[in-house]
Amino acid sequence: MEQQAFHHALKIRHDVCTGCSHCMKVCPTEALRVHGGKALLYPAWCIDCGECHRACPTRAIVVEDDDFTKIFHYRRRILLIPSIFIGQFGAGVSRQEIIDILLNLGFTDVREAEHGVDFLIDEINRYVQTHDRPVISSFCPAVTRLIQIRFPALVNHLLRLKQPLEITTEYFRQRYARQGIDPAEIGLFYLTPCAAKIASIKAPVGGYASPIDGVINMHYMYNRVLQEYRQRGKERPATRETQVSARGMTWSLTGGEVRHINGKGLAIDGIENVVEFLERLENDEIAGVDYLELRACDESCAGGILTPYNRFLAAECIRLNARDQTGENDAVDDYRQYLAGQIDVGEIRPRSMVKYDLDITKALQKMEKARALKNALPGIDCGACGAPSCDALAEDIVRGQAAIEHCIFIQNSHEKQGLLTPEQSLQIMEKIWNR
Amino acid sequence: MQLTFHVQGGDFTRAGDAASQVKKTLKLLNIDPGITKRVVVALYEAEVNIVAHACRGVITADIDPEQIRLRLEDEGPGIADIEQAMQRGFSTASPKVREMGFGAGMGLPNILENADRLDIDSVVGKGTTLTITVALQ
Repeated sequence: MEQQAFHHALKIRHDVCTGCSHCMKVCPTEALRVHGGKALLYPAWCIDCGECHRACPTRAIVVEDDDFTKIFHYRRRILLIPSIFIGQFGAGVSRQEIIDILLNLGFTDVREAEHGVDFLIDEINRYVQTHDRPVISSFCPAVTRLIQIRFPALVNHLLRLKQPLEITTEYFRQRYARQGIDPAEIGLFYLTPCAAKIASIKAPVGGYASPIDGVINMHYMYNRVLQEYRQRGKERPATRETQVSARGMTWSLTGGEVRHINGKGLAIDGIENVVEFLERLENDEIAGVDYLELRACDESCAGGILTPYNRFLAAECIRLNARDQTGENDAVDDYRQYLAGQIDVGEIRPRSMVKYDLDITKALQKMEKARALKNALPGIDCGACGAPSCDALAEDIVRGQAAIEHCIFIQNSHEKQGLLTPEQSLQIMEKIWNR
Repeated sequence: MQLTFHVQGGDFTRAGDAASQVKKTLKLLNIDPGITKRVVVALYEAEVNIVAHACRGVITADIDPEQIRLRLEDEGPGIADIEQAMQRGFSTASPKVREMGFGAGMGLPNILENADRLDIDSVVGKGTTLTITVALQ
């Protein structure tokens, strides 16, 4: 069991949070509670999927990115954009225009984050041949973290290869260095569609350091580009050939990986669907699958929490762009040369949730107690106690983090039995909800 | 700690429910994933055997810090020749059951492979009781 602090890209702004509990209800790992009228996070259980951010009606859950001005610490400011970003503007704005605007905003170079995909496909196909199947893609960092926390038995199925962003970044770092540019002057930034990618850059899973210098929020950059676009009028930038292949463009969409991996593959998107499938896989009920592409967001990265455009339209736009892109990536040989033997991420370890205790004797005692509590609780998961479910409340109680009187049904029956006064009940509820 | 489950013969849609619940419990206790997997595989196979062959059954799982003991008691045809039943590929499953992807004759051998101890007690015409023990540490 690793007991380290985890970097999370999602932060709760307690000055804005109203303690409405919407986030608590959607968290796939039950990592959120409400206390004192505010949402509280158990950091060790958070997988940075961003479902809470999506559910928050007051925008109290924010994504911690890097300040844009950080790019000016470097003389060569390279922005890596995922193809999802191009899809945000629909068919009306061309890729060239978007890239041209990004260059005007202060970057010296703009590169496609999926440039390395063509090289990676061969590597994955080789990997799948020699490892436990199904190999589970580690493309989506929220899914990787979900497996570490909720499905520790499946950790050894995770693909231990660096992902397109890391591979592309390392390639360009080397390519610029070979051109004689001082490595200290090169700043490589990623434009992220989600919080999980930020967490994966600040705290990579496995034993490697991220090659990326900073992360820019896609929401922020979308607004900047759109503003600039509206001011520019009709001037057209010089045509610039894209470097990314059709395979790279569609890689982050649902089905983008499996169609290039040999054998039987399945693509599943949406965190609930992923959890349901992993439960079955963990029970050994799934046989004969070679490769699993699992994505936390519905419509994969097109549904990322920092993407402003409708996910279905964005995905369609990218597919259309890819259809027109017939060019091949001519840098695959360079990738092989630059990155040979450097794309293993090392061992990925489980990060099991300690619901009761690390000591099995104590854990069993606590579990027995929790079972008795679960029988006493109403089982309707109303959330009025500040926990997402009756089971979660029972587990919190045995860990000493809540009391049975937090349940309004128990309060009622305690009042009837004279164990609690109405004033005491009211005080308990005020402590949880601060209202 | 004891968990109890009731299994209905012929109800394949719910075969695996007990295994699923036991898995959840062992995960909450932070049991080694490899051991949990062995328990779940053995229990799942035994559960499917009840569904495929018997009328009904009761599963009890006793968990203590050292081991888990699974007792699967069914009312059914019983096993005439246990030694034969333990052989890989030997099956008495009906064509209907085989059509559903079960009854390949791997159940009992698989249970034995994953258990630390397996006891079979069977009376033809009455039923079978399986006791599967797996050490947890």
